[in-house]
Amino acid sequence: MKFDTPAGTNPIDQGRVIGIPHDRIDGPAKVTGTAPYAYERHDAAPNAAYGWIVGSAIARGRIAAMDLRAAESAPGVLGIVTHANAGKLGKGNFNTAPLLGGPQVDHYDQALALVIADTFENARDAARRVRIDYMPQDGKFDLAAERGNAVKPPEGDFGGAPDTAVGDFDGAFARAAVRIDQHYTTPDHSHAMMEPHATTAAWNGDRLTLWTSNQMIAWSVGEMARTLGIAKANVRLVSPYVGGGFGAKLFLRADALLAALGAKQVGRPVKVALARHQIPNNTTHRPATIQRIRIGADKDGVIDAIGHEVWSGDLPGGGPETAAQQTRLLYRGANRMTAHRLATLHLPEGNAMRAPGEAVGLLALEVAMDELAEACGVDPVELRIRNDVQYDPEAGTQRPFSSRKLVECLRAGAERFGWDRRKAKPAQVRDGRWLVGMGMASAFRNNLVGKSGARIGVDATGKVIVETDMTDIGTGSYTIIGQTAAEMLGVPLDRVTVRLGDSRFPESAGSGGQWGANSATAGVYAAAMALRAKLAEKAGYPADQAQFEDGLIRHDNESRTLAALAGREGVWAQDSMDYGDLDKRYAQATFGAHFCEVGVDIDTAEVRIRRMGGAFAAGRILNPKSARSQVIGAMTMGVGAALMESLEVDTRFGFFVNHDMAEYVVPVHADIPPQDVLFIDELDDKSSPMKAKGVGELGICGAGAAVANAIYNATGIRLRDYPLTIDKLLKAQAA
Amino acid sequence: MKAFTYERATSVEAAARAAASVQGARFIAGGTNLLDLMKLQIETPTHLIDVNHLGLDRIEETPDGGLRIGALVRNTDLAADRRVRRDYAVLSRALLAGASGQLRNKATTGGNLLQRTRCPYFYDTRMPCNKRQPGSGCGALQGMSRSLAILGVSDACIAQHPSDMAVAMRLLDSAVDTMDANGARRSIPIADFHLLPGDTPQQETVLKPGEIITSVTLPRPIGGTHVYRKVRDRASYAFALVSVAAVFGKDGTARFAFGGIGAKPWRVEAADAAAGRGAKAVAEAALAGARTTHHNDFKKMLVERTLASVYRQREARA
Ligand SMILES: Cc1cc2nc3c(=O)[nH]c(=O)nc-3n(C[C@H](O)[C@H](O)[C@H](O)COP(=O)(O)OP(=O)(O)OC[C@H]3O[C@@H](n4cnc5c(N)ncnc54)[C@H](O)[C@@H]3O)c2cc1C
Ligand code: SF4
Repeated sequence: MKFDTPAGTNPIDQGRVIGIPHDRIDGPAKVTGTAPYAYERHDAAPNAAYGWIVGSAIARGRIAAMDLRAAESAPGVLGIVTHANAGKLGKGNFNTAPLLGGPQVDHYDQALALVIADTFENARDAARRVRIDYMPQDGKFDLAAERGNAVKPPEGDFGGAPDTAVGDFDGAFARAAVRIDQHYTTPDHSHAMMEPHATTAAWNGDRLTLWTSNQMIAWSVGEMARTLGIAKANVRLVSPYVGGGFGAKLFLRADALLAALGAKQVGRPVKVALARHQIPNNTTHRPATIQRIRIGADKDGVIDAIGHEVWSGDLPGGGPETAAQQTRLLYRGANRMTAHRLATLHLPEGNAMRAPGEAVGLLALEVAMDELAEACGVDPVELRIRNDVQYDPEAGTQRPFSSRKLVECLRAGAERFGWDRRKAKPAQVRDGRWLVGMGMASAFRNNLVGKSGARIGVDATGKVIVETDMTDIGTGSYTIIGQTAAEMLGVPLDRVTVRLGDSRFPESAGSGGQWGANSATAGVYAAAMALRAKLAEKAGYPADQAQFEDGLIRHDNESRTLAALAGREGVWAQDSMDYGDLDKRYAQATFGAHFCEVGVDIDTAEVRIRRMGGAFAAGRILNPKSARSQVIGAMTMGVGAALMESLEVDTRFGFFVNHDMAEYVVPVHADIPPQDVLFIDELDDKSSPMKAKGVGELGICGAGAAVANAIYNATGIRLRDYPLTIDKLLKAQAA
Repeated sequence: MKAFTYERATSVEAAARAAASVQGARFIAGGTNLLDLMKLQIETPTHLIDVNHLGLDRIEETPDGGLRIGALVRNTDLAADRRVRRDYAVLSRALLAGASGQLRNKATTGGNLLQRTRCPYFYDTRMPCNKRQPGSGCGALQGMSRSLAILGVSDACIAQHPSDMAVAMRLLDSAVDTMDANGARRSIPIADFHLLPGDTPQQETVLKPGEIITSVTLPRPIGGTHVYRKVRDRASYAFALVSVAAVFGKDGTARFAFGGIGAKPWRVEAADAAAGRGAKAVAEAALAGARTTHHNDFKKMLVERTLASVYRQREARA
């Protein structure tokens, strides 16, 4: 099915199951421990041996010698995989450094060996006995120091051209009545999802099966085939349950490759999980940025010139953090520029983490807007309303937004939060030992759509079954896919079985870039339309007039049960949703407004969030319950970025030092007050027949800036170097 | 983790004897620190002696009006004990400021005193660390040292002692009661229990091989207003950047002990003596001889600010 004209009224609009809050249908399996995760597939791959990854002890250089003798003779050891015996390996398109290093070493904790043993403990102990001598090479590890050497990167798959320019930015900025020109820095972030990267691998002849934890099944089948040099048809990936990803599991990583190589070597299934302390340096992270924002406005805050430059670093061949993305689309201004520059750094490789680009771009832009509001004496909410623009401001009026309800979000959010109680002047409100302040920020995240397929059938009992390789990374995919099928076929949700995350199922858009919910359900919609047509034909009803409700197909005064039509064989249909150029003709994005109240301890500068709320417009909200969970989780991650999360770089040794969950701090429950989420009614008919958009990443976008702005309002201290920790606040206070 | 043998000791004496006679033996209590370190092969005991079933889990009143806390009393139980909450509130509060509910349910009094530093270089066996591997150098001194100590440090090691409980015990002038392999008992004032790193940061306490902690004794209650104030990077479940334990007497005297800043739980007489002159004066006295790095120099300021907060809390309660 092709989606190339705006959606008209369709069965989804009935809203009998879609749009109603539902508990997640996979919940009972998860809380009873019966949902099988990748490392626990004893059922599917009995007798699996255990692999433990040996990571590099240096950031850059070569292996001079590897002595495996002590490890090989350790108790229970079955085999050791290294570059020397793995055979020739290709490299995937998505990983920058080889997933199995050697003799060249590209980053700290790069996998250099897999030790396989009969027990987990034996594998881990033997891994310690692998002796590696290195010839280290100097590397570059300091983004600030390399800023001057950064170059314009080639255009990547996401994020558009590295540079854009419209009008005369320099001239307009120089002439502007009010000018903001500031630098902001954000550190490297770790995804810190609950379930580590994990895979169980088994070979049957030349066919490989991987039970793994992965967001993008079809990508990773291709990457595995490419890396091993085998046919895609010989790779099966199974990933029905994923304990969080946030982008860390978009790609094939070392656990999967080494489990496959290990299973081949020892001739039995092998499972590999990364230990928590290996994750930050072995896998990907969100790269640190240096950002410069310049805004020129008239004295009422109306923007005439807006510029956003971003510097980030990555291994050679890697990509930039596209943190200026939102600045291309969020506010008006006839004169504009954005630029991304990429430095070579020999740290572990950077890549996508929840809302790549916007999550850190807005930490800068939305603080700059707060600074502009103050400079102009305009309320921050009002400033954003004044600078709203209903079309893509780089392309002009001929490219309108498909729908854009930023102003509605700002107004409704401000009202619910009680924004009018905010004092514009900082450091005015005291509550006991707390200085209290309020801050806000716009939320913005692009809406991406991708081709997505599904197979759907009805069986002899009238039960509906949906199969797609879409993943549920804790987001609620099972439930919204079930709701879509139920809505389309007129059955209650509990009559739908959803099967996900298996490469034998039709290829979906997968989970990433908040494109999954809308794209995958649109794929189910397409397949369901095909099934409806088949069922109508079987019943002898005209397909466009048949009604599906109460497990029946109806036409005029006649009806048949789906069960009867399905018969013993069942009826199945498969299709996918493919997209035309609506996302070129229309700018498509999701919007929102964050509000936050903080208290800052008058003595110690400890920051506590007191209230948080937001209003969001993201098209049809398919399941308000799981959508709210996505938003509050993302807001929480925004608090982490604002207040505490930072991978600390040791620029001597070239690695992230705080590589465990004791030292890489993320918010805990005590850091997060009740959060208020309002969804603004919106149907986006240019996004898909679901009229939905993504919502999984929107909540992090701007959340941290609202916190930063609230700290400023509470204290009068403006920090531009994230995270905004006690030491920085105290130093700024003393200065 | 290296393979090890395991025994469940049958008496305190037998435990101490076994620990002294088996090379590389270690006691295991809650295991919340030891097991983590074993998994990383920072600790590689050959033999574990389980001391959980020796009847060391009681809290008893002493003849002179103090409390004897068995070495195996769980942090949760100690914090909740009625007598502790009433007479030694600072200890209860310090315990509850540490770790998480689950960890406190396992963590023991003896194990808590002996928990090892959270220095990130200590935790990565590929990095130099004099404490883990004597003579290999100190990775932290020129590296990331934001969380590390500024008092009692040496050129060899700037690790902090991470315990909250021990700070309150230091404040209360507790004593650590032990038994050695010969069955001899001694009582070690907590001030003398932990060693400063000097040139031998691997030696952390005065315990002899095989010597087992049997209890910690608190002297008679001292009354007053008890405050434990812990400042960290998030609201809960994190080690202290700075913590202050304080007891304010009715007569204007006070005593202070500090966590997060010392190579061991930190207390100096001069700080107590400065109590009447306020937070700034107490901080100045406590910080005499402080040695900071670029990353942790904020701790000096934070000590003063935390003390200011402690004074404020005292006033609010008075
Ligand atoms: C994630 C995390 C967060 C934490 N946060 C905090 C915090 O905020 N504040 C804080 O104070 N602590 C914190 N802790 C540390 C925690 O308090 C300690 O791990 C715990 O107190 C250790 O007690 P245990 O009984 O488990 O000791 P074990 O791990 O069993 O033993 C520790 C050491 O003591 C020795 N030992 C134990 N008992 C005896 C005995 N009777 N005699 C002689 N030697 C003995 C063992 O041989 C071992 O060397 C945290 C720990 C973790 C894992
Ligand atoms: S501070 Fe101490 S524990 Fe940390 S690296 Fe240096 S010697 Fe090791």
